[in-house]
Amino acid sequence: MMKLMQLKWLISFALITISSAAFAGWDDINLREGVTQISREVYDLHMLIFIICCLIGVVVFGVMIISMLMHRKSLGHEPADFQDNHQLEILWTVIPIFILVAMAIPATTTLNAMYDAGDAEIDIEVRGYQWKWQYTYIDDDPNPATQVKFMSNLLTPPDEIYNRAAKREHYLLDVDNPLVIPTDTRIRFLITAEDVIHAWWVPDFAVKKDAVPGFIHESWAIAEEPGIYRGQCAELCGKDHGFMPVVVHAVERPEYDAWLADQKQAAQQAWNETGKTWTMDELMTTGEEVYLRACAACHQVNGQGLPPAFPSLVGQGIAVGDIDAHIDIILNGKPGTAMQAFASQLSPSEIAAVTTYERNAWGNNLGDSVQPKDINSMLTGQ
Amino acid sequence: MSAVIEHDHHEDHHHGPDKGLMRWVLTTNHKDIGTLYLWFSFIMFLTGGVFALVIRAELFQPGLQIVEPEFFIQMTTMHGLIMVFGAVMPAFVGLANWLVPMMVGAPDMALPRMNNFSFWILPFAFSMLLATFFMEGGAPNFGWTFYAPLSTEYAPPTVTFFIFGVHLMGASSIMGSINIIVTILNMRAPGLKLMQMPLFVWTWLITAYLLLAVMPVLAGVVTMMLMDIHFATAFFDAGGGGDPVLFQHVFWFFGHPEVYIMILPAFGIVSAIIPTFARKRLFGYASMVYATSAIAFLSFIVWAHHMFTAGIPITGELYFMYATMLIAIPTGVKVFNWVATMWKGSMTFETPMLFSVAFVILFTIGGLSGLMLAIVPADFQYHDTYFVVAHFHYVLVPGAVFSIMAAVYYWLPKWTGNMYNEALGKTHFWLSFVGVNITFFPQHFTGLAGMPRRIPDYALQFADYNMISSCGAFLFGFSQILFLFIILQTIQDDKKATNQVWESAHGLEWTLPSPAPYHSFSTPPKNLQEAHG
Repeated sequence: MMKLMQLKWLISFALITISSAAFAGWDDINLREGVTQISREVYDLHMLIFIICCLIGVVVFGVMIISMLMHRKSLGHEPADFQDNHQLEILWTVIPIFILVAMAIPATTTLNAMYDAGDAEIDIEVRGYQWKWQYTYIDDDPNPATQVKFMSNLLTPPDEIYNRAAKREHYLLDVDNPLVIPTDTRIRFLITAEDVIHAWWVPDFAVKKDAVPGFIHESWAIAEEPGIYRGQCAELCGKDHGFMPVVVHAVERPEYDAWLADQKQAAQQAWNETGKTWTMDELMTTGEEVYLRACAACHQVNGQGLPPAFPSLVGQGIAVGDIDAHIDIILNGKPGTAMQAFASQLSPSEIAAVTTYERNAWGNNLGDSVQPKDINSMLTGQ
Repeated sequence: MSAVIEHDHHEDHHHGPDKGLMRWVLTTNHKDIGTLYLWFSFIMFLTGGVFALVIRAELFQPGLQIVEPEFFIQMTTMHGLIMVFGAVMPAFVGLANWLVPMMVGAPDMALPRMNNFSFWILPFAFSMLLATFFMEGGAPNFGWTFYAPLSTEYAPPTVTFFIFGVHLMGASSIMGSINIIVTILNMRAPGLKLMQMPLFVWTWLITAYLLLAVMPVLAGVVTMMLMDIHFATAFFDAGGGGDPVLFQHVFWFFGHPEVYIMILPAFGIVSAIIPTFARKRLFGYASMVYATSAIAFLSFIVWAHHMFTAGIPITGELYFMYATMLIAIPTGVKVFNWVATMWKGSMTFETPMLFSVAFVILFTIGGLSGLMLAIVPADFQYHDTYFVVAHFHYVLVPGAVFSIMAAVYYWLPKWTGNMYNEALGKTHFWLSFVGVNITFFPQHFTGLAGMPRRIPDYALQFADYNMISSCGAFLFGFSQILFLFIILQTIQDDKKATNQVWESAHGLEWTLPSPAPYHSFSTPPKNLQEAHG
C-alpha cells in the first residue's frame, strides 16, 4: 500500500512539472535563438546536447525504474549473484566516448567561429562601472569635441522597485541611453571595466564576456534583424549588480548614420557649452538631473546616504566643506571606498552642475557654485 | 598473573566517557568527535538554510520587499560559505570519524589529540565569520567565490575576519584529512588489504588527499588577498601590474577539487547503502575505486571551465572543454554500477535506500546539466545564470546533502543502539524530495530564459518560476525540523536495534554491538570476509 502511494506521488509530481512547463510557453523557459548567425548555432548546439542528455536520462532512469518496479523483495524477487561483467563495463565506458565526440565536434566548430577575429566595421568600447555601462564609439581620427561616449543607466524608478508604483513592461531591463548599432554590420565590442569585474551579456547575440579592470576583452556580433535586445550584467559586481541592464538597439544602416550624426552634433554642442558662463538656475537644474542619475543610488535622493558605507551629504562632510576638496573627490573618487572617480563618466558641465547642486540642495544653501570651464581647466591641468 | 588482571581492570575503569561538558571539550574519542562534527554541521545547515530562506523570500515576487540589495548579497555569500565549509564538509568529516575506524577494524583514529583540535577550531572560525554581521560594513558581500577586486579593494573591512576564518577552516580540514589518511593507511586490521576496504573508506582516502593538495592553495589565495588589502601588494590589481583573473585561476584550482571533496564521500555512502537494500553485492567494486581515482585526478586539470567567459584564448577554452567532458566517463561508470547493483536485486525501500536512489537520479540530472555547461559556446549563454544555480544545487543538495541524510538514517541505529521511526523517516524523505525538486527544477528554466545569479530583484518574465521555487524552498527548509525531531526521538527511544541492524548489511561496523562500544575494536577483528559489501 505504501509503495503504491509513493508511486502516485511520483507520477503526480511528474505531471505537475510537465504541465507547468507546457502552459508557460516554450520561449519563457528555453534559450533564445537570437538574431545572429552565431547565436543560432549556439541555440542548435544547446538543443543537440539537451536532447542527448534527455535520452541518456530516459535510458538510465528507465532501467532504474524497471528495476525498482520488478526487482522488489515484496514481489518475492530473489537477488541474483553477479558483481561484474567485463563486456558490459567496457561497453558503457566506450559508448559515452562516442557520445562525447559527437558533442565536441559541433562545439569546436562553433567556438572557432566565435573566436574568428575578422575585421570589424565599427569598434565600440564597452566599459563597466558600478552599476552602469559606458559606451564609446571609437573613431578612426579621434576628436574630443565630437566623441560619441555616454553612460547607460537603469531607467526603472525606485518607486517601481520598492512596489510603490506598478511595474511597467521591461521592468529592470530598460536604460536611458541604449547602445545603438546598425544591422548587418560586423561590430567589435572591446570590453573592459573601471572598478570591479562585470560581464556584458546580450543573450540574443550569444555574447557574454567578462569586463575585467585593466584588461580589454574582445567580442563581436552581426545583428541580422532590427530590434531592441536586452540583457544584464552577469558577474556579481556589488550591491546593485541586479540593476545594470544592457540594452542594444539595432537599427537599419541609414537610421544609424543619422543617429550617429546627431550624437556628434550634440557632443559638439556640449563641448561648446563648457566655455559659457552658466546661471545658478541652469547649474541647479542640470545638477539635480545628474545627481539622480549618477549619485542617488548610494547617497540617496535626499542626500542622507546609507552610513557608514555611503556618507550623508546633508549639513556635514565634503558637500559643506572646502569646494576644491569637494570637486577633487567627485573627479578622482576616494580610494578604499565605494566613491568612484567621475572624471571619465561625466562631462565638465555635469560635474560643475552636480557639485553646485550638492552644495545648495537639501538645505545645504552654501550659495557658492563652480563653472564648467573651471572644471575643464582643472581636468586639462591649466 | 594477578598483576595482569589488575591492569586490565584498571584499563576498563577508563573506558567509558567522562561526565559533563568537559567530556566534549577534552574528548579524543573518534565517536564523540564524530558526534560533535555532525551536530556542528547540522547547526550550520540550519543557519545556512535560514539565509537561503531569506534569499527565497525576497525572490518570491519581483521588487524589493524584505531586504535591501546590500544585505541580499551578504545572504548569498554567507549561505554559500556556511553550506560549503560549515555544513557539507564537516558532516563528511564527522561521518569519517564515526565510521572509518569501525570499517577498518581499528580502536580509534590514529591521531586522537589532533582530532580534538581539528574539530574545536571550527566553532571559533564560524563564530568569527558570523560575527561580521554585527560589525561596521556588514558581512562579506562578494559571493562565496570572492572574486577580486570586489573582495579586495572594494570589500567591506570585515573581509579580514573572513580571511582569518578561512585560514582556520583550512587548518582544520588539513588536520582532519591527515588524520584520516594515517588512520586508513596504518590502522587497518592485520590482513585487511586496500582493495578489501569499503568504498566509503576508499572515497575518503582519495578525498583526504584532495584536501591536502588544495586547502593550501585556498590559504594561498586568501593570503594574497590579505597582502593586497593591507600590505600594498598588487597580485590582483591591474593598476599595480597584477591580474584580477589570476585570482580566479588560483581560486578554482582549489575550487574544482573542492566540489569533488563534497561529492566523493557521497559516492562511498551510496555504494554502501544500495547493495544492502538490493541484497546484492556492489557491482564493479574495482572499477568504482578506479573511477573515483580518475575523477580525483581529472579534478585538478579542469578548473578553468568555471571561467569560460573570463577571456581565455581559444586553445585554452578547447582544452578545458575536452578535459571537462572526460569527467563524464568515470562518473557514468559509477552511475551504471549503481544501477547494475540494483538490477535483479531484491529491493526494499527503507529511508536510507530512498535517499540513495534519489541521490542517483538527481545527481545524474545535475551531472547531465554539468555536461551541458562544459560545452563552451553554450556555456557563454548559461554562465552565471540560474541554470548554473540549478546545476550545482542538484549535485549538492539531492547529491551531497541527501547522501549525508541517507548515511545518518543508515548508521544511526549503530550509533545510538535504537531504530529510528521508519514512517517518519519516509515522510521526511518525501517532503525533502518534493521540496528539492520544486525548488531547483524551475531554476533550469529561469536560467535558460536569462535570469542572472545573485540578483535581489528580477524582470517580470521570471516571476512565476521564482514563486514556485520559493514555495519549494520553504517546504524543503521546514521539513528539516522533522529530521531533527526524528534524530532526537531515536536518541531518546529504546526501540533496540540488532547488531546487524539491516538484514543484508555487510561490513565490519555491523559485527560490533549496537550501540557501538566506546572504543571500536580493542582487538583486531579476525573475519575480514565481511569487510566490504
